Amino acid sequence: MTGRTYGTRLPGMPTDPLPGRLIVVEGADGSGRSTEVTALKEWLEIEGHAVVDTGLRRSDLVSTEIDRAKEGHTLGAATMALLYAVDFADQLENKIVPSPAAGATVLADRYVYTLMARAIARGSSRAWARELYAFALRPDLVVFLDARSEILLHRAISKYGYLDFWESGMDLCLSRDLFESFFLYQDRLSREFEWMGREYHFHRVDANRAPEQVHVDVQRLVAPLYGATVPSTPSGRKPPESVSGARRRAASS
Amino acid sequence: MPETPSPNHGFPGRLLVFEGLDGSGKSTQAALLGKWLAAQGYRVFFTEWNSSELVANVIRRGKKKGLLTPTTFSLLHATDFADRFERKILPPLRAGYLVVCDRYAHTAFVRDAARGCDPGWVRTIYSFAPRPDRAFYFRVPVSITLRRKLASRLKISYYEAGMDLGLSDDVVESYQKFQGRLKREYDRIAATDRFTIIDSTRTVEEIQGDLRASLRPLLENFPTGADMMHDG
Repeated sequence: MTGRTYGTRLPGMPTDPLPGRLIVVEGADGSGRSTEVTALKEWLEIEGHAVVDTGLRRSDLVSTEIDRAKEGHTLGAATMALLYAVDFADQLENKIVPSPAAGATVLADRYVYTLMARAIARGSSRAWARELYAFALRPDLVVFLDARSEILLHRAISKYGYLDFWESGMDLCLSRDLFESFFLYQDRLSREFEWMGREYHFHRVDANRAPEQVHVDVQRLVAPLYGATVPSTPSGRKPPESVSGARRRAASS
Repeated sequence: MPETPSPNHGFPGRLLVFEGLDGSGKSTQAALLGKWLAAQGYRVFFTEWNSSELVANVIRRGKKKGLLTPTTFSLLHATDFADRFERKILPPLRAGYLVVCDRYAHTAFVRDAARGCDPGWVRTIYSFAPRPDRAFYFRVPVSITLRRKLASRLKISYYEAGMDLGLSDDVVESYQKFQGRLKREYDRIAATDRFTIIDSTRTVEEIQGDLRASLRPLLENFPTGADMMHDG
């Protein structure tokens, strides 16, 4: 890992290259992200790599404030975006940067991209969001688990039994109808992930498939970071379908 | 009476900003000016950059754990400012008020720069905040602000003294050094941010007289409250 950010120097950050790695798994709720992160961590540890996992809104600095703000629904777009940025910066400096510095792999269950997509969907400009998070450490690999809205919907309902207010973007007042709002909001998010995919070199993985198939593809993307070409502990049985194979080649070229 | 939009932000209100070091006399002057404007019948909204409960709580928590860095400190204050801007400054500005700000985004520009944050990054973060119609910079030597501070017997706070930067173990010495950095930053951005520089070593009355005189052109044809509340 180079230890470089997306442009803004972090005061007090080590300038030496960091020996560890930063791997990001991005994707909407229901894309199978958390399942994949768990599987990936397990596999990397079996392979002998130290792994620190991190996600969004896990720092205790402002999580209370974020919860409170969500209860009240009163914060403006810029305020909400900045509150999430404080939380991310806190995790970045206290958890993400120190771990690769100590040689570990940081496995991030979502990263700045989700925060940027949410902020932009709520009215921030792309340029502002990109610059706001320019202090983020540049990952060694960003895996984007791409799944259709219909599939996300079914997974969300089967998991929670209902549609979440925030994941449906109800605070945006796109529609009073929760079901319709979910689709409109997911469309907005995927539009943002679309340009970010090009801008930040996402490696797309077809996440409409079963978790085992997704995992095989992710392993193929991750293995080269450790100097391996194929995973030595394969866990998927079925080879990926040809359609997704084509997609994968297109994404990684 | 028609309300002409400001060329800076396009809203009918006007944004008047008071900037300068702690103890530069800007708060006294801003309060006096607000009184005078209101007495003339203008609709005035006065706001100061006091840390909100949100920020105060987080800073207390962060300090206890030693977690706050220049970056989180900067973003935390930006959050606080955004909240104040979106909820308190913007509505009266759109409604056509004279909005008087005791400290504005420039306070963040100088503080964050003094803490080593990338100035370009900080500027972009605050780009949701429009350029003021008038920004007064109360310029005063650090030695005078320190004398005022010590005479007031108010305790110098940890962050006010920039103790987090490790400039000195002595609070007074750290305060002098840190405030010196802030002053250099204010001086550096004075021209580009089109500050009206106020020599703050003069008497309160002299300064207030200057402020009022310098605002007369801006207030010409600006509607008073009565103009807006009812016709004729």
